[in-house]
Amino acid sequence: MASSSDKLDRRQFVGNGVRIAGAIGLGGFVGFLAGRRGSADDTVWQIDPNKCIACGNCATYCVLDESAAKCVHSYPMCGYCELCTGYFEPDPNDLNSGAENQLCPTGAIVRKFVEEPYHEYSIDEALCIGCAKCVKGCNAFGNGSLYMQVRHDRCLNCNECAIAVACPSQAFVRVPASNPYLLKHKGTGA
Amino acid sequence: MMVVAVSAAAALAVERFPPPDFTDHQLPQTTTPHGRWLGWEYFDMAALAAGLVLASYFALGRRSRKGLVGLATVAMVWLGFWRQGCVCAIGAIQNVSLAVFDPSYTVPLTVIAFFALPLLVTLFFGRTFCAAVCPLGAVQELTLVRPVRVPGWVDQSLGLVPFIYLGAAVLFAATGAGFIICQYDPYVGFFRLSGNAAMITFGICLLVIGLFIGRPYCRYLCPLGAIFGLFSRVSGRHVRIPPDECIQCRLCEDACPYGAIRPPTVPQTPAERARGRRRLGWMLALAPVLVVVGTGLGYTLATPLSLVHREVRLAERMKLEEAGKVEGTIDASDAFRNTGRPARELYTEAIALRERFAFLGGLLGGWVGLVIGMKLVHLSIRRKRDEYSPDPAWCVSCGRCFEYCPSEQQTLIQELPTLEKSGV
Repeated sequence: MASSSDKLDRRQFVGNGVRIAGAIGLGGFVGFLAGRRGSADDTVWQIDPNKCIACGNCATYCVLDESAAKCVHSYPMCGYCELCTGYFEPDPNDLNSGAENQLCPTGAIVRKFVEEPYHEYSIDEALCIGCAKCVKGCNAFGNGSLYMQVRHDRCLNCNECAIAVACPSQAFVRVPASNPYLLKHKGTGA
Repeated sequence: MMVVAVSAAAALAVERFPPPDFTDHQLPQTTTPHGRWLGWEYFDMAALAAGLVLASYFALGRRSRKGLVGLATVAMVWLGFWRQGCVCAIGAIQNVSLAVFDPSYTVPLTVIAFFALPLLVTLFFGRTFCAAVCPLGAVQELTLVRPVRVPGWVDQSLGLVPFIYLGAAVLFAATGAGFIICQYDPYVGFFRLSGNAAMITFGICLLVIGLFIGRPYCRYLCPLGAIFGLFSRVSGRHVRIPPDECIQCRLCEDACPYGAIRPPTVPQTPAERARGRRRLGWMLALAPVLVVVGTGLGYTLATPLSLVHREVRLAERMKLEEAGKVEGTIDASDAFRNTGRPARELYTEAIALRERFAFLGGLLGGWVGLVIGMKLVHLSIRRKRDEYSPDPAWCVSCGRCFEYCPSEQQTLIQELPTLEKSGV
């Protein structure tokens, strides 16, 4: 039957045309996307410490059971206070490392005597849950040297960060993967 | 002492307690551990390409269900459990939409690859990506134990949901309101073995439903499946049920758990044909009406929809707070006030966003109308079929039907002696 095979040929021809047009269209779109991104670096999530209000969402909203956002310390900014408002509860019984005096619920801040009257505070990252209680304390009365950062050895780099969605101050931003931290330095202010 | 310290802090403002100059104390360094090595991205892309080639080969060349199941398992382990579900072709739709509407957003190379390659393959070979490369598809494929047939009308109606979901996902991604496909991904919690309670519950429900109803996410939710369906319709080399000619034995009729096998058509009487034509005419006339109604509805619904965007939500809240209509403040409004930006700026931004929502909401409504209209038109068009064949839009090329076909069995038996001789 000549007519039926003609029909088949025509259908094949149209089909090929549509497929090729589709492939060219898709290629064009990919070209547009590639052109738009240019040679820019891929991005990862990070907390802008100047926008962070230490609300505590980092601890609970991360898709990981133990949040990828943790507290870090800018040592050159720290005042090395004996009464550290990031370390101690308001009105502590005593200025020692007793659990009842500490702000940190997991005891993740290590207090070490340096010289009279200075103490050094460092973070035991394995214990930190990213609740930002110390950050809040340090920002309220101290130099603001304790701050939150997304730790990239833990972060899954979700397509849309779940903490970013819950962040009230829009402090979560996409930063270049080659430079993935927004560190606080001396002189950047409390 | 505390009082002195605080008043000193107020005076200095920036550096409340000047850092001491230690003579012999080395300050520790803040560590900056890096994430995944960026070169892995290229590995992901290469693995995706290899997966697509293999899936197409197993489905179309080898016609091997075993190969497809094996590949699906690997995909589930690699993209699911190892990569934790977060380089995903379905989610890539949102990154691509955001990149189109927001030039400042950098869309990762992997995302472009995960968006384009599966579509390209589907255009030529059908939904082989769904068969064995998508980790979400793999989970559902491997957990389907007792398929139950879904009535045609339910299947067709629920099949509209992915198109609507797709439209909504593009709208919210394009306006920067959020990535809803990622937020409501039911299986990602399963891959990560953690997540919020609501989504885990949803995931478990879907897994249980999936024991009986084949691929509930793929068929009734997956927005990428909707695009694949359109692309697959024109695929040149799609999976066939028989290896060669269909002998119309009807053995494969119940083979498909996804309701994708269409039987051969029976000739119509002239009266039936006339009725069908009239119906098609009505549906063609109805489609533009649905589009117009949808556009109107979408335009009106855009204002409540815009509340999904946090900036709009914040502006609303700020307005209420300023007017004294609500008591107290929330973290978000406090944070905004702390920035020192005037509230007016926020309101202007929110209004601009509202306008964008109104435009895109109208488009979304029109899209929904168009989808429903086209579905009705499509259901009214009769295409002549001479053999049992998979509906390319619904078929995910899983290969379950191959072994039902006696012609396939015949070829397998014929191949058997040669296989034995070659020592396999």
